[in-house]
Amino acid sequence: MKKLLMASAATALIAGAAAADDVKIGVILGFTGPIESLTPAMAGGAELAMKEVSDSGKFMGGSTVTPVRADSTCVDAAAATAAAERLITSDGVKGIMGADCSGVTGAVLSNVAVPNGVVMISPSATSPGLSTVEDQGMFFRTSPSDARQGQVMAEVLIEQGYKSAALTYANNDYGKGLSDSIASAFKALGGEITVTTSHELGKADYSAEVGTLASGGGDILIVAGYVDQGGPDIIRTSIDTGAFDVFALPDGMIGAALEDNFGDEIEGSIGTVPGSEAADSSMVVKMVAETGADATGPYIGESYDAAALIMLAMQAAGSTDSADYAAKIMDVANAPGEMIKPGELGKALEILAAGGEIDYVGATAVELIGGGEAAGGYREIVINGGKITTAKYR
Amino acid sequence: MDFLNGLVALSNFVLIPAMAYGSQLALGALGVTLIYGILRFSNFAHGDTMAFGAMVTVLVTWLFQSMGISLGPLPTALLALPFGILGTMALVLLTDRMVYKFYRDQKAKPVILVIVSMGVMFIMNGLVRFIIGPNDQKFADGERFIISVREFKAMTGLREGLAIKTTQGLTVVTAVIVVALLFWFLNRTRTGKSMRAYSDNEDLALLSGINPERVVMYTWLIVAALATVAGVLYGLDKTFKPFTYFQLLLPIFASAIVGGLGNPLGAIAGGFVIAFSEVTITYAWKKVLVYWMPESLEPSGLVQLMSTDYKFAVSFVILIIVLLFKPTGLFQGKSV
Repeated sequence: MKKLLMASAATALIAGAAAADDVKIGVILGFTGPIESLTPAMAGGAELAMKEVSDSGKFMGGSTVTPVRADSTCVDAAAATAAAERLITSDGVKGIMGADCSGVTGAVLSNVAVPNGVVMISPSATSPGLSTVEDQGMFFRTSPSDARQGQVMAEVLIEQGYKSAALTYANNDYGKGLSDSIASAFKALGGEITVTTSHELGKADYSAEVGTLASGGGDILIVAGYVDQGGPDIIRTSIDTGAFDVFALPDGMIGAALEDNFGDEIEGSIGTVPGSEAADSSMVVKMVAETGADATGPYIGESYDAAALIMLAMQAAGSTDSADYAAKIMDVANAPGEMIKPGELGKALEILAAGGEIDYVGATAVELIGGGEAAGGYREIVINGGKITTAKYR
Repeated sequence: MDFLNGLVALSNFVLIPAMAYGSQLALGALGVTLIYGILRFSNFAHGDTMAFGAMVTVLVTWLFQSMGISLGPLPTALLALPFGILGTMALVLLTDRMVYKFYRDQKAKPVILVIVSMGVMFIMNGLVRFIIGPNDQKFADGERFIISVREFKAMTGLREGLAIKTTQGLTVVTAVIVVALLFWFLNRTRTGKSMRAYSDNEDLALLSGINPERVVMYTWLIVAALATVAGVLYGLDKTFKPFTYFQLLLPIFASAIVGGLGNPLGAIAGGFVIAFSEVTITYAWKKVLVYWMPESLEPSGLVQLMSTDYKFAVSFVILIIVLLFKPTGLFQGKSV
C-alpha cells in the first residue's frame, strides 16, 4: 500500500512538472441533429490545430494533444450534458472546444464546465444571453454575439432596399435571441416586421407557419433557423405556395445544403456569416477540405482558433490546469505581442516558452472583448447563380 | 376581382393543404376504425405501421430509381407502393400471430390489448429507425406541380397565385379510389359482409359459421394496405421522417373518434373535420380578409385565432367537445 501511494504521488509530481505527456482536449459538437452537415468540418478545424501543435513538438516540453469527440446533438441539453460529463470525468480532458448551438452550450457550461472548473471555448454559440451568463471566467467564444449579427442583418436589409419583412425563427435559444436582435435593429433603422412566428424543428409540415407568414406579407422572409432542419422546409413551402421568393438567412442557414436544395430558386437571397477581411481562414478551410470533410460551411476557422487558444493559453501558463490557464486566454488572444497567423502555432509556442507575448490573429482575426467573446466582423453573402457568393465584409 | 383573389389565396393556403391533409388523416383513421370495429381495441401501433409501410416503399423506390425505372410525371413511389403493402401485410400478420393472437385466445380485455399495441408501437418505431435511420428521406420524383404559382398567375392575371402539387392531387385521387374500393369490398363481397357481421355481433357471427381467424386475417391485410397508402401519401406530400408518424397518431385517433369509432364513413368525415379545423383555426386570415372586406373594415392585425404552435391542441379540444356531447361520435360509432 505504501509503495502504491508513493508511486501515485510520484506520477502526480511528474504530471505536475509538465513532462512530455498526452493532453486531451474535448471536441463537443452536434454530430447528429439539425446542423450535422456543418460539424464534421468544424471538428476538422479544431483537430487541425491540435495536430499542428502536436507535430511542432514544442508544446509543454514536447507533449502531444489528442482530440476526443463527443456529440452535443445541438438541441438536446440532457444528452449534451451527459456527453460533456463523460469527456471530463472519464476521458479526463483538460479543456473543451465547443459546444456549438447556444442552448446546449449554456447547459454544458452551467452543468458541467463551471462545476468541474474546465475551460470551454465555443466556436459558434452566438446567443446574446451567453454574454452575461455566470461562467466563473471559464467560458469564451470565438464567434460574436448575435446582438451584433442582428444589427448587421438589419443594415444589409435596409441597404438592399427591403422595408418590410416577415420573420420566422427556430424555437430555441439561438433562434429566439437572434430573431429578437434582428427585429429590434430592423425597426430602429425604419424597417417593419410584419409578422413573427416560431417554428419547431423536425416537423414534416410547415404549411400552417408559412400561411401565417404569407398573411403578414413583406418584401422578404427572414429565416433564423437551421440549414438541416426546419429552415429548408420553410423555404421550400414558401417557394411552392408563392408566399416569398427571396430570403434573408443568418449564419445557421448558410451551408452547402442550401445550394444543393435550392440553387437558383432563391436567387438574390441575402445572408450574414461571421468573418472578416483581415481574417484569412482559407488555409484552414483548404486543409480541412483535404481530409475529405465538406468545408463549405461556416465556423471552421472559429473552431481552429478555439482549439488553438486553449493550447496557447496552456503554454503561456505552463500548465494544463484550467484554473491556471483560463486567465491567460485573453492575453494570448489580444495585443500586445507578435501577430500569429494560422499555421504559425509552432512559432507562437516558441515565443510563449521563451516568456514572450503573442497576439493571436488566427483564421478569424480573433479579438476577444467583454467577457471573452469575439468582437465580430461579418461577411455579407448573396445567392448569385445558385451559389453562395461573398458580397462584402462588414 | 378582389373576391377571386381572396378565394385563390384561401385555396392556396387553406383549402388545398387541408384537403390533402384531410385525405391522409381519413386513410389513417379508416385503419384505426377497422381494427376497433372488428378486433375491438385501439391500435396505437397504427402510426408506426404507416411508417413501416412508407419505409418499405421508400426503399423499393430507391431501388427502382437506381435501376432507371420511373413513371414519367408521376412519382416512382406509386410503382413501389404494392411492394410496400406486401411488406406491411407480412409484418402485421407476423405481429398478429406472435402477439395479438395470444391475447385474443385468452379473451383479454380491450384495455390490455391497447397496452400491448403500445408495446408493438415502440418495437415497430425502433425497427423503422434501425433500418432507415431517424432522418428525413426524400423519395418524391417526377413532376412537382400540377399547376404552379407562376403558371397560374400568367394564366389568370390574378394577383394571388395558386399552387397544386402533384402529390396533393395524387393524395386526394388515391384516397377516393381506396375508399371506394374499401366500401365496395365491405358491402358487396362475401368476406366483407362476414367482417361486418363479425363486427356487429361476434357471437351471432360465430354461430352462423363465420371463421373468426379468417376475418381477423382479412382485417389485418386491409389495415396494412390502408396504413401503407396513407403513410406513403403523407411522406410524398410532406417528407418521410419516422418520428412524424408517431406524432400523427393523435390527429388520426381524434379523426376516428370524432367520426365515431368503428364507423368507416365517420372516419373519413372525422379526418376532414380535424384537418380543416386544425388549418382554419390556426390560419392568419388577414390576407384573405383584405380582399373580401370593404377598405374601411380591412384588418390591421393578423386575424389569427391561435398561433400555429397550437395545431395539435385543436385536435384535442375537438376530441373533448365531441366526447362530451356525442360520446359515440358524429356518425354513431361504438362508444369508447
